[in-house]
Amino acid sequence: MTQLALVIDLNVCVGCHACVTSCKEWNTSGSAGALADLMPYGKDPSGAFFNRVQTFEVGEYPNTQTVHFPKSCLHCEDPPCVPVCPTGASYKRREDGIVLVDYDKCIGCKYCSWACPYGAREVDPVRKVMTKCTLCVDRIYDRERPAAERKPACVLACPTSARLFGDIHDPDSQVSQAIREHGGYALMPEWGTHPANHYLPRRRTTSHIHEDELTRTDNPLKVDGLLPRPPKSDPSLDDVMSW
Amino acid sequence: MRPDFSVLFLTTLIGAGQGLFLALFTVQLYALFGQLPAPDGHAFYAHGSVLALALLAGGLLASFFHLGRPERAWRAAAMWRTSWLAREVIVLPGLMGAVLLFGAAHLLGWRPALATLPSGLAIDATVALGIAGTVLSFALFLCTAMIYACLPFLREWASPLTVVNYTLLGGASGFTLAAAFSAWAAPDVTRFLAGWAIVLTLLGALSRIASLVRNARQKPRSTLQTALGIKHPRIVQRSAGFLGGSFNTREFFHGRSAEAVRTIKWTFVVLAFAVPLALLAFGAPRASGAVLAAAFVVQYLGLLAERWHFFAQASHPQNLYYQDIA
Repeated sequence: MTQLALVIDLNVCVGCHACVTSCKEWNTSGSAGALADLMPYGKDPSGAFFNRVQTFEVGEYPNTQTVHFPKSCLHCEDPPCVPVCPTGASYKRREDGIVLVDYDKCIGCKYCSWACPYGAREVDPVRKVMTKCTLCVDRIYDRERPAAERKPACVLACPTSARLFGDIHDPDSQVSQAIREHGGYALMPEWGTHPANHYLPRRRTTSHIHEDELTRTDNPLKVDGLLPRPPKSDPSLDDVMSW
Repeated sequence: MRPDFSVLFLTTLIGAGQGLFLALFTVQLYALFGQLPAPDGHAFYAHGSVLALALLAGGLLASFFHLGRPERAWRAAAMWRTSWLAREVIVLPGLMGAVLLFGAAHLLGWRPALATLPSGLAIDATVALGIAGTVLSFALFLCTAMIYACLPFLREWASPLTVVNYTLLGGASGFTLAAAFSAWAAPDVTRFLAGWAIVLTLLGALSRIASLVRNARQKPRSTLQTALGIKHPRIVQRSAGFLGGSFNTREFFHGRSAEAVRTIKWTFVVLAFAVPLALLAFGAPRASGAVLAAAFVVQYLGLLAERWHFFAQASHPQNLYYQDIA
């Protein structure tokens, strides 16, 4: 079975919000209709977004790390938002594991948003139905596009390639390898929702300089510095000049 | 969670309606077995059913204001296999139908005997309808409460106490209303109903205070550490990702100070339990309709505050991602 998902590398994310704006752009011009944007230039702007980037500071100065944390629907393998929906508008696709909302069936009761521990669902204040990340389902299967572009808008927009997209049930996929090799983890594992999206942790880049790396062991004259200049009569590489 | 007044009215109104219907049928059962003087079917059962029906319909009407797309509300019955909300959507009109038929049968005197007990007592159609209504009433209490109790990560709600509270508090307000109503319609059973109202209010107070104690000792299972997957004791949020508000910053926060929440807690303890108990104890021996009606009004207002607190107290794990508001 296929379970499409995003893998987000927190070690690489620089918090530029390109995924947020590209997501908004794609999903506001998509077939499902415009994603609400209320008073975007007013005093209290509001609207529906499928993806948000938050910023956290970990540790105490001077030992701090700034973590930029993109969060969208995690497309849980056991999604708590689906069984609570009274109309069946909220559903998980069998063929690729994407959790979707049928906007034509949703009655806007908000119960699914209560049932999502991650706060991944947002009511569209204009359409009055629940909206959420679709993994760009209207894009990733679009045969009109070149294969390289059949990816969610956020993945294509990320300038640092912090977002990977693929099937986490396929052990050879790029995302499965990334999860396996870089310690990919799920959010709030305590609720047993088995989120499909995974996060790759921050990795601190350290280097150890050993003593023997500071002194040249292959230095026959035991002198650090320029070697004695060879006489002009010595053969040179190009037989023209000496150095 | 943000207490939405449509849901506050829905749950308190249908709770009182269910309780009132249960009170009516309790009286009929006691009267059937000769434990109470039989009240006038027309004045007590039929008019009482109209009152119960009005409460249930008022709750149903209030629920529509909660929906973004109320014109599609009929769809909400579809997923009854998995969703307690869908089950409620089915059981509530079912109960309204049973109450309507129960009241109509009493009003029209349509009481064909369906069976005869060995003692010679005839079980007529109103008893059968009453039993159906009773089953549906309890089913509705279960459905309404399970909507909240089935969400495991809302720790304040995920408890059998939620079901017990909804049942007892709905029953208490319904029996208090029945006692007040009977002071005019059937004064012979007023003391009986007021007695049960006192018992249910006392039990409701016990279980609701038990849930308050439980929630005060609740330790959150999700923390900022599990929400982000970063194992460090000190994590500070620097940005929520946007400057204005969003659905996430409005729907999951009550927006009142801790002081206000505490005030409302004590308000409901006094209004839903203490004052009605005193008024019931005072009004029951005198069968005073005015005092008992006051008891119901005060208790209903108290239950609105109780429901407000029920929502406000529940802290959703998504709030971890909005530290500045939480």
